[in-house]
Amino acid sequence: MRMVIVAGTPGSGKTAVLVHVLKSLMRDNFTASVVKIDCLYTDDDKKFKKIGIPTLIGLSMDMCPDHYAIYNIEDMIDWARQNNSDFLIIETAGLCHRCAPYTKNCLGVCVIDATSGPNTPLKVGPFLSTADIVVVTKGDMISQAEREIFRERIFEVNPNAKIIEANGLSGQGCLELADEIVKSPEVSLESEKLRHSAPLAVCTLCVGETRVNKKYHRGILRRIDGFQTYQGE
Amino acid sequence: MIKKVTILGGYDKFGEKEPVRRVDIKRGEIFGVVGPTGSGKSSLIADIEQLAQRDTFSKRKILVNDKEPTYEDRTNPRKKMVAQLSQNMNFLADMTVGEFLTLHAKCRGAHKSCVEKVIKLANTLTGEPIKEGHDLTILSGGQSRALMVADVAIISDSPIVLIDEIENAGIRKHEALEVLSGHGKIVMVVTHDPILALMTDKRIVMKNGGMQKIVTTTPHEKELSEELSKIDDLLLNLRDKVRHGEIIEDIQLKGLTS
Ligand SMILES: Nc1nc2c(ncn2[C@@H]2O[C@H](COP(=O)(O)OP(=O)(O)OP(=O)(O)O)[C@@H](O)[C@H]2O)c(=O)[nH]1
Ligand SMILES: Nc1ncnc2c1ncn2[C@@H]1O[C@H](COP(=O)(O)OP(=O)(O)OP(=O)(O)O)[C@@H](O)[C@H]1O
Ligand SMILES: [Mg+2]
Ligand SMILES: [Mg+2]
Ligand SMILES: [Zn+2]
Ligand SMILES: [Zn+2]
Repeated sequence: MRMVIVAGTPGSGKTAVLVHVLKSLMRDNFTASVVKIDCLYTDDDKKFKKIGIPTLIGLSMDMCPDHYAIYNIEDMIDWARQNNSDFLIIETAGLCHRCAPYTKNCLGVCVIDATSGPNTPLKVGPFLSTADIVVVTKGDMISQAEREIFRERIFEVNPNAKIIEANGLSGQGCLELADEIVKSPEVSLESEKLRHSAPLAVCTLCVGETRVNKKYHRGILRRIDGFQTYQGE
Repeated sequence: MIKKVTILGGYDKFGEKEPVRRVDIKRGEIFGVVGPTGSGKSSLIADIEQLAQRDTFSKRKILVNDKEPTYEDRTNPRKKMVAQLSQNMNFLADMTVGEFLTLHAKCRGAHKSCVEKVIKLANTLTGEPIKEGHDLTILSGGQSRALMVADVAIISDSPIVLIDEIENAGIRKHEALEVLSGHGKIVMVVTHDPILALMTDKRIVMKNGGMQKIVTTTPHEKELSEELSKIDDLLLNLRDKVRHGEIIEDIQLKGLTS
């Protein structure tokens, strides 16, 4: 299984870009399953189902969506395996600027909206600074100079990122992202770890656990099917 | 050295193959892009700006010197081959004019002294002066446009220049076009203005998102263009007078109409 985690501020164009990417993957005979993690509401599942992609929704409610996503990675991978997919693609609402949901071997993709202003890359934290690929959207709405400054600001925060300027409407740049996805490595859950440890909250993740495997987690935990438990003494 | 840019045709808005399958633009040539609103003029020059490789709506492909540009060519602004004045009328960046120009000069590997030059040039194109300490977002449409022109001309100085509707903000369009096109460049000008259109060597006619045909400016059109420029000068002169609160009593139409 290969896993792509796509994080980005609300409305930055994650779904729009992914729809183009998925179409291109399907043209090349790859299969993918998509999970959308959001907090309270989303209708992204409709957009993915419309192009024939198996889609699952997870709402984290009062939990940090990144914590929630990480805790459920094992179940999501199992589900994508049952679908016989080559790729598991997780779209997550990066609302928590302290967390980043990327694991070591997934392809970490941050989607960021160029109209949000050239200071935004300095503000958004680890989901930008630990990403492999940074997709910059909505460049069609600003001047070339502003786009160039935006790009420079991203490199200040994440000098090793590959930046892809994409357009969620026309699909420009999305082939480039699809190519990177095809090149991404296999993940095996047993040895998989987070890139960035999550900050304070009410589970073992909050106290620095970075192992992804479910058996290492304690505290108040919510499963993707809505079941909430307390694990521990 | 960039000697030639090639546009390989794609599809129009209805998914039909566009009639013009190939356009070659050589160093030193100025091409116009004309057509009704919504006909795909801005989209065409956006394809060139991004050096599209069949990955936009239109599926056009752009070659430079007959070769596919590399990823580096397409993305690194220090190597960037294209300077673009887009149709956007305002800046969204929350910073001062000075900060913005300093950052942009850094991106393009240009010298710091450019900042002052850009502001000076912008102020020759617009009425109310722009100052280094002004916030970008409070500039008027015309002031923003003048600053964009000067920024493209001085900081983004590149062999390929793309200009989208220079006439749309009440700035001095002839001066602006002159400042941008320089010498020995590849220039494309999107315009609704017949005088600007006739000043180009050839013009691409757009319709329904596709390149319909290419018209070469005839010697007769070049002559007419000079006549039209006189009318334009008269109008610009009147515009300045009206702007400064003068009363218009008489206009000299003699020699302008035949
Ligand atoms: N102009 C422009 N609009 C875009 C671009 N990319 C996306 N959009 C628009 O931005 C809006 C939000 O896009 P989505 O793809 O739903 O954004 P998202 O990040 O998935 O949003 P959430 O899932 O709600 O967090 C839509 O109306 C898109 O059509 C772009 O490159 N240019
Ligand atoms: N080849 C194409 N295929 C599909 N859609 C296209 C194509 N060309 C243009 N469009 C779409 O048509 C719309 C209008 O295009 P564009 O903005 O380029 O027009 P324009 O000629 O610049 O108009 P204006 O004179 O008003 O500036 C855009 O939404 C664009 O995405
Ligand atoms: Mg979405
Ligand atoms: Mg336009
Ligand atoms: Zn968090
Ligand atoms: Zn926690």
